Amino acid sequence: MSAGEKYVAAAYGVIFVVLLLWVVIIAAKLTRLERELAELAGRARERRDDG
Amino acid sequence: MSSPNSRVPALAALATVLVGASLVLVFFVAPEDADQGISQRIFYFHVPIALTAYACFGWGALKALLYLWRKDDRYDLESYVGIHLGTVFGSLTLLTGSIWAKASWGIWWTWSSNQLVLFLVLFLFYAAYFMLRFSVEDGPRRSSLSAVYALFGVVLVPVSFFAIRLASDFIHPTVFNREGPQMSGTMFATFCVAWAAITLLAYVLYRVELAGKRLDLSVRELREALA
Repeated sequence: MSAGEKYVAAAYGVIFVVLLLWVVIIAAKLTRLERELAELAGRARERRDDG
Repeated sequence: MSSPNSRVPALAALATVLVGASLVLVFFVAPEDADQGISQRIFYFHVPIALTAYACFGWGALKALLYLWRKDDRYDLESYVGIHLGTVFGSLTLLTGSIWAKASWGIWWTWSSNQLVLFLVLFLFYAAYFMLRFSVEDGPRRSSLSAVYALFGVVLVPVSFFAIRLASDFIHPTVFNREGPQMSGTMFATFCVAWAAITLLAYVLYRVELAGKRLDLSVRELREALA
């Protein structure tokens, strides 16, 4: 692999890694929201059953 | 009536196809540049990413203006997400530009190029936006301060964009001038497809991040209601 090819691979690799990182962050956030929503739904069900 | 988010999966699929097509064009169809060789292929994604960063900062400023005018929290959130994506694309511009500089000029960075320095100033200005935003308590004051700051920063966008044309800078190449694009038809077509792909990808990321933020706010409201 020539030096030029290595730089091109690095540039496109950086773009790929940053976008992948973005997807991981959004996935982690969605997982958290899903957990919180399930907890709130459980609390709402408890209230309905009590009331 | 369908919400703007209902189109997101289809747009995300289209963005994936366009990015794939761009990569095929960049590596298998576009001819090698006689002057720079293979390292010129960084151009096809570096320039669209930089243009997208400018567009995101401009979009963030437009939404900030709408917030100051109408005082609707929706615009504050849209402005924030636009600027957030602008800094993501801005950091990608700096990273890919730095790699291209090393491949072409043998250096990672030069302070003598007006366009590079002005882009860095623009990036740092918007990076400081987050420090300002998160140092003020949530509420109308934070939204107003953030909006004013976002509007000030947008002045730097045209300055950064036209810097290379206003100053005698021979380090950073000027591909587009008054005579049109200084490249072959195939190269220009490749650039246009890559530009469309990155713009669409940015729009999809914007909608997904905005949906996530809105969901976050709804969960918070629900939590307060059930407390």
